[in-house]
Amino acid sequence: MDFGFDAAILARAQFAFTVAFHIIFPAFSIGLASYLAVLEGLWLKTDNPVYLRLFKYWMKIFAVAFGMGVVSGLVMSYQFGTNWSVFSDKTGPVLGPLLGYEVLTAFFLEAGFLGVMLFGMNRVGRRLHYVATLAVAFGTLFSAFWILSVNSWMQTPAGFAINEAGQFVPEDWWAVVFNPSFPYRLVHMVLAAYLTTAFVVGAVGALHLLRDRADRGARTMLSMAMWMALLVAPLQVLAGDLHGLNTLEHQPRKVAAMEGHFETQEGAPFILFGWPDRDQQTTHHAVEIPKLGSFILTHDWNGEVQGLEEWPVAEQPPVATVFWSFRIMVGIGLLMMAAGLISLFLRRGGRLYDAAWFHRFALIMGPSGFIAVLAGWVTTEVGRQPFTVYGLLKTAESISPVDAPAVGTSLVAFAVVYFLVFGAGTFYLLRLMNRSSEAGGPDTDAGKPLRTAGIAPATTGVTRVTPAE
Amino acid sequence: MFDLPTIWAVLLAVAVLAYVILDGFDLGVGILFRTARGEDDRATMMNTIAPVWDGNETWLILGGGGLMAAFPRAYAIIMPALYMPLILMLLALVFRGVAFEYRWRTERWKGLWDRGFFLGSLVAAVMQGIMLGAMIQGVEVDATGRGYGGGWFDWLTPFTIMSGLGLAAGYALLGATWLIWKTEGDLHARCYGYARRLALVLLAFIALVSLWTPFTHEAIMDRWFGWPHIVLTAPVPLLVLAAAWWLFHGLARAKDPVPFAASLCLFVLSYVGLGISFFPYAVPRTITYAEAAAPNSSLAFLLVGASVLLPIILAYTAYAYWVFRGKVRPGEGYH
Repeated sequence: MDFGFDAAILARAQFAFTVAFHIIFPAFSIGLASYLAVLEGLWLKTDNPVYLRLFKYWMKIFAVAFGMGVVSGLVMSYQFGTNWSVFSDKTGPVLGPLLGYEVLTAFFLEAGFLGVMLFGMNRVGRRLHYVATLAVAFGTLFSAFWILSVNSWMQTPAGFAINEAGQFVPEDWWAVVFNPSFPYRLVHMVLAAYLTTAFVVGAVGALHLLRDRADRGARTMLSMAMWMALLVAPLQVLAGDLHGLNTLEHQPRKVAAMEGHFETQEGAPFILFGWPDRDQQTTHHAVEIPKLGSFILTHDWNGEVQGLEEWPVAEQPPVATVFWSFRIMVGIGLLMMAAGLISLFLRRGGRLYDAAWFHRFALIMGPSGFIAVLAGWVTTEVGRQPFTVYGLLKTAESISPVDAPAVGTSLVAFAVVYFLVFGAGTFYLLRLMNRSSEAGGPDTDAGKPLRTAGIAPATTGVTRVTPAE
Repeated sequence: MFDLPTIWAVLLAVAVLAYVILDGFDLGVGILFRTARGEDDRATMMNTIAPVWDGNETWLILGGGGLMAAFPRAYAIIMPALYMPLILMLLALVFRGVAFEYRWRTERWKGLWDRGFFLGSLVAAVMQGIMLGAMIQGVEVDATGRGYGGGWFDWLTPFTIMSGLGLAAGYALLGATWLIWKTEGDLHARCYGYARRLALVLLAFIALVSLWTPFTHEAIMDRWFGWPHIVLTAPVPLLVLAAAWWLFHGLARAKDPVPFAASLCLFVLSYVGLGISFFPYAVPRTITYAEAAAPNSSLAFLLVGASVLLPIILAYTAYAYWVFRGKVRPGEGYH
């Protein structure tokens, strides 16, 4: 099953597919773990049962999402070796220890305390349980720290030398870990995770407010989510801008692709929309604002901005993909900021829980964070092409000596399994969210008639309804 | 003697052993899931491992990440060599991993996820055994000495299939003796019967591999039976016999934690035996761990963290097991 493609394209497709599925879950669980810690903290402080109900409500959702993140992440840790063995051999001395630290500081911490958090409420005291929740939350953040250090090093490598076997070997660990783009990328990603979660929580609150304006849990959810949007979305725009300037300094060709600039020019326009064409080396149908591009990038109306013509075509990233994914991300970011501002306006008028139109808007915005995260990830990773280690190791030279049929077959297997497993998981997540946090009763399909009872031959036909709490 | 590559070789070997015995028993519970009689059995079996399986599986990530960090050259050769069984194992682990949550979220499809839990556990165990067998067989290295040089089906031989089934039986034994320790009633009683039969299969498998390995590789024959090494190696098979006696004795006397402890001993001893055969290679019989090692600066950097963090990890992992000590009864859980 090579579909007429070579192994390199198939391996890239496989990595892109598996990591695109994977990135969704950490983006959600980083934010949700922190949200759970806040909810439990508020409950311990105020004894308000609404917080406890919300904590238990989101904990069930967290458990499903976290499980999907664990199994899709396990796949990633071995894909370096199966499909990108030359990359692993060459970068292992630098990146391996960083991944090792991720396992030691983050994965064990999360996994070790997740069991206590999910199952231990009646077995350990309140305080110890809160320690477990905090450990899980910190674990997700430590994980983000190390994996973004790895990713940033591939974008802006630093602190290394190259030995006679062609391997990158560490010279200065501080420079490796805190490589030039890392602080920007870390802040940008963690804020993105918080916003993603905030808009999911906000959408669930909005959904239940549309059904019942008196739903106390829903009010709390929408309110907390919109405070987050109001405060964090503008910060994210600022962080994104700083990250962009950092990219301009270290990866100018990525920025040229994001902007759709082929010519190097002074007083470059800001291209709102258009169709960048790498073959013709021009952006068709450009709708542009004169000189704004130079102003944004150099903070000078007549500053010089490098275009893609500075590099041979073979060393330019796929421009149209980067150009459009960047616009999707920025557009969603601006919508998020708008949601925060509108919520403040409604809150001051005392109408936050009554404005059905706003609840509908918040509901639609529910998945926006995931789309923005994926679009941002496409921007930065496709913008790095054609290199795995920017400017130093070509993607085509990183691959395992694997036959195309082997990679193609495993790609199909991943696609089938992922759509089945994560499709079902997403369905269960949505069903959990569809239930109000105030309602008791089953959170499975147990209440409905069992049309296909024959699927489970070993069950006796008696449906066990597990108590909700 | 104790240079950084050696320390890392030992550390990684211990990490993989930790994985084998920890995920071994929970994969084993998954394999035995097929024998469950009714929902109470299934819920109880699942709940004996639900709070800890995730931590157990983390040792597998440490094994992969650690190999890449400490011996990147070996990682780059072994992973492509084991391409297919490795990917099948990962997909199987995906299925069984999500079953822990999914089965509680649906009545209609519960049977599907239960079956996925059983099959995922079984396939993952068999694939791990196949990979073990493929490593014992040896891995071909290309002319550059830095890449895999064999074919895509080198891992598939009668020997590797035998070792796949053998390891699955061994995991099922760990699972059965774990359930003996953690459950009561009818399930508990049945597991004694399973454990007896599985123990016989595992012992036959250990005997086969122990004879096959030295007789196919002269160097290994010399290591085990040559004078004077035999003084050092002879205790291993003797201790295996002692552990086997302890296991059957514990099963006969129905002493609850004993069968599990004895099964663990069997695994540790077999692992030590494999270590004796493999030493000092990272890629069996072609590249030693010293040749495959990352530069000292990489090894030292990670060792600093590992020596502080691993004891802490062991402490809180032990704490998590302590929190969930004792027999598991039907109906417990947060779902």
